[in-house]
Amino acid sequence: MANILVFAESRGTDLRKVAGEAVTVARRLADASGGGEVHALLAGPPGIAQKAEALGKFGADVVLVMEHPALATFAREAIAATLAARAKASSYRAIVLGFSAQGRDLGPRLAARLDAPIASDVIDVQIAGDALTVKHPAYANKVVVTLTVTGSPAIVSIRPAAITASESLRSARVETIQPATDPAASRVKVTQVVEGAKGRPDLADAPVIIAGGRGLKAPENFKLVEELADAFGNAAVGATRAVTDEGWRPHADQIGQTGRQVSPQLYVAVGISGAIQHLAGMRTSKTIVAINKDKEAPIFKVADYGIVGDVLEVVPALTSAVREAKKGH
Amino acid sequence: MKIAVCIKRTPDSETRFRIGASGSAIDEAGVKFDMDDFASYAVEVALQIKEKAGAGEVVVLALGPDNVQETLRKAMSMGADRAIQLKADAVPFDGLAIAKALAAELKAGGFDLLLFGKHAFDTSAGVVGTATAELLDLPCVTAASKLEIANGKGSARRELEGAAEMVEFVLPAVVTIDEGIARPRYPSLKGIMAAKKKPLESKPAQLGAVRVAVKGMALPPDRPAGRIIGEGTAAVPELVKLLQTEAKVL
Amino acid sequence: MLDFFNIDSQLSEEERAVRDSVRRFVDERVLPIIGKCYVEGRFPKELVPEMAALGVFGANLPEEYGCAGLNNVAYGLIMQELERGDSGVRSFASVQGALAMYPIYAFGSEEQRRAWLPKMARGDVIGCFGLTEADFGSNPAGMITMAHEQSDGTWLLNGGKMWITNGSTAQISVVWAKTNGDKSERSIRGFIVPTNSKGFKARDQKGKLSLRASDTSELVFEEVHLPNDSLLPKSGGLKSPLMCLTQARFGISWGAIGAAMACYEEALSYSKNRVMFDRPIGSFQLQQARLADMLTEITKAQLVSLHLGRLKDAGTYTPQQVSLAKRNNVDMATDVAREARRLLGAVGILAEYGAMRHMANLESVYTYEGTHDVHTLILGQAATGMSAFQ
Repeated sequence: MANILVFAESRGTDLRKVAGEAVTVARRLADASGGGEVHALLAGPPGIAQKAEALGKFGADVVLVMEHPALATFAREAIAATLAARAKASSYRAIVLGFSAQGRDLGPRLAARLDAPIASDVIDVQIAGDALTVKHPAYANKVVVTLTVTGSPAIVSIRPAAITASESLRSARVETIQPATDPAASRVKVTQVVEGAKGRPDLADAPVIIAGGRGLKAPENFKLVEELADAFGNAAVGATRAVTDEGWRPHADQIGQTGRQVSPQLYVAVGISGAIQHLAGMRTSKTIVAINKDKEAPIFKVADYGIVGDVLEVVPALTSAVREAKKGH
Repeated sequence: MKIAVCIKRTPDSETRFRIGASGSAIDEAGVKFDMDDFASYAVEVALQIKEKAGAGEVVVLALGPDNVQETLRKAMSMGADRAIQLKADAVPFDGLAIAKALAAELKAGGFDLLLFGKHAFDTSAGVVGTATAELLDLPCVTAASKLEIANGKGSARRELEGAAEMVEFVLPAVVTIDEGIARPRYPSLKGIMAAKKKPLESKPAQLGAVRVAVKGMALPPDRPAGRIIGEGTAAVPELVKLLQTEAKVL
Repeated sequence: MLDFFNIDSQLSEEERAVRDSVRRFVDERVLPIIGKCYVEGRFPKELVPEMAALGVFGANLPEEYGCAGLNNVAYGLIMQELERGDSGVRSFASVQGALAMYPIYAFGSEEQRRAWLPKMARGDVIGCFGLTEADFGSNPAGMITMAHEQSDGTWLLNGGKMWITNGSTAQISVVWAKTNGDKSERSIRGFIVPTNSKGFKARDQKGKLSLRASDTSELVFEEVHLPNDSLLPKSGGLKSPLMCLTQARFGISWGAIGAAMACYEEALSYSKNRVMFDRPIGSFQLQQARLADMLTEITKAQLVSLHLGRLKDAGTYTPQQVSLAKRNNVDMATDVAREARRLLGAVGILAEYGAMRHMANLESVYTYEGTHDVHTLILGQAATGMSAFQ
């Protein structure tokens, strides 16, 4: 019987979607190792404690709540120190985090502090004797690698949206804990947080992504992509490397080998030819729709549904049709 | 201004991979290798910082067998001043093991800034840079998409999901480099010739224990073939219907 | 990129690095604009500073003159990659390096070398090569351009040259002229002529259907006064300009491979994507035969040039060997370009694709630097010992 420690990521006083996914994975690991406990660290500014119950929904037995005003921004050193101190004080079989902007920073810090092996960006975790077996899309999503992680605790960061959060109701005990180091005293000080486009989910969280490429011909035409995203209501907007390199869209929007890797329910590729570089970022999407004027474009080989036509005409028509369809619900 | 850049030799990212006979490695036949993309951004950033400071030294390091020397020489042909090879028979998947070897070498180096790529194309794990920083007990900015260094201080931008944070720190520090920061220069022909004369030191790597190992590799399953529904705006109603009834995403 | 016989394994790390750098330059800076330049009939002059910074001019000349000091295989690879972009761009580099910088290096005084070569390596001074005349192309020995030495050691130059690449962009012209009224080829000497000299005129050749992204000019010398230090002291006889041509021809044999590779890669990619009768056209026997022939000829040419480069580096090569390489490689490239154009079908006539541009360019490359037929006779003479020139 072994306990699992999980970092339940939040921003401000909101839980992030990957927190539920991480707790779900932790719960499964705890159950697979003879039914141990899941301890979730919830760190944030005053008010975050209210989210503890939600973590219980996904299977947390204990929620370690750490509230501090300086946790309103990402206090990477304090959180890493706290997780490490907790892991040194208690024995955990594994530590689970999301492979998010926060998680990709915290995971390796923990590995170094605890001298613990770490597997990042995994899409599957199983206990196999005294090792963990994980699956990880390597080579920019082109090869799925199965890794054996030996040692305890083993640190695992999961790919956001790869494992669906599921309920496994526990009545979580809440434990208030103090940060192991002063969150206001980080050697990396956050001076500003710049919010992105309002009202749109992030590429990692969005169930629908509308992505635009060179076929849109001019940066102004991205308006059509945004309108289609608005019509869906819960969609994020992405871009290809070609248009981010040109400066039409910020680099943070780039989907591809060196950019964001996404796996939404629906991916609509507008004016995108389908270069390998781009496909590496989105080929695991559940459903892919492509709209392009060139019927030979490689994107049509991976798309479930394709429309050959001028994106400047087809996209507005699709936007109207989607709005109509949504009205009916 | 003394800058260390840790680089990696990885397969060309445009390669169509095949799995080798062992089932736990890619088939390297015909695969071209080069400096990892994110590592090359880090080298470019280091060169620009040195050029802006007007003086300094850029030292590149790589862990691996002798074939990494070509990659180190490429960095020197871009303008790095000297190179260190931490010699190991193979490069393990285990990022912490690599970080230990790098930290052992970097510790006494007196570097003001240590740069890494955000992750390497092959492992796509993003462990080495931040773990090395932690082992050296240095401040670390993971995945900087903008970086400014001046007067012993640094400021950087990190992309979050749907937002970005601006951070400040004091040198010495570690920064891992995201893409979009800089376009790596290609070596001039004189640079290529000059690199042959620059020092490349080779010493055994003090690798940590390897506890993350590849058990198997597989190509992702092919998507089932899709279809082109139709042309132009006339095809839109059919698409919407399929998204509702077949794909059930609308 | 096509390397069917893994020639990469025969290259040194440095040769590969040089090739990769120039390849990247061509992919990022030349290919995006060259189709448009070709149609507009303009040489992309804006690329000259970048080419200079890359170190492409006189790349196989010594480092002490500001050059890269590369070996001849590396030099060849540079020409291959430039011409993979466009023959006009490669012609610019060939003229600058092999036909303007090389004669100053080979036949100039130390002062002339130090005065000109570093500036030319940096692209600050562009040169051109004045040998060919309107009535004397394949037979340069018959040239009528004449320089008369004056009593004070200066020279007076009269005559004209034709089909001169870089003619109207150059700051200097290395002009080959007979001297002091002596009409034999023995009297030919080389002169560094500043193009802003009084009496020097350069006129662009208009109406070209080939090498359109290149400056080709007519030069006219009317009583051009040259100072004593304009003479290349070690030059003498037709041999001198021919030695320069041998340098250029070596590079051209590699360049032609680049053009052929570009055409092959484009045709191959198209054949895999273009669907007709429900299959990619690359699955049809006739197209496969085209591609197989291209692949074979390019591979042979690569091996010819690589071996020639090694012989040149060893110092044991002969001009006749260079003739074989130039003749074979350019001829095969014209065939590859034409067949690639045909494989592309209708789109093959568009400037958006490289095949027809390369095809048209290669006709000039077939004709200049010794026509195909002239090299045929050079080889015939080398084989039989008997000259069939006249």
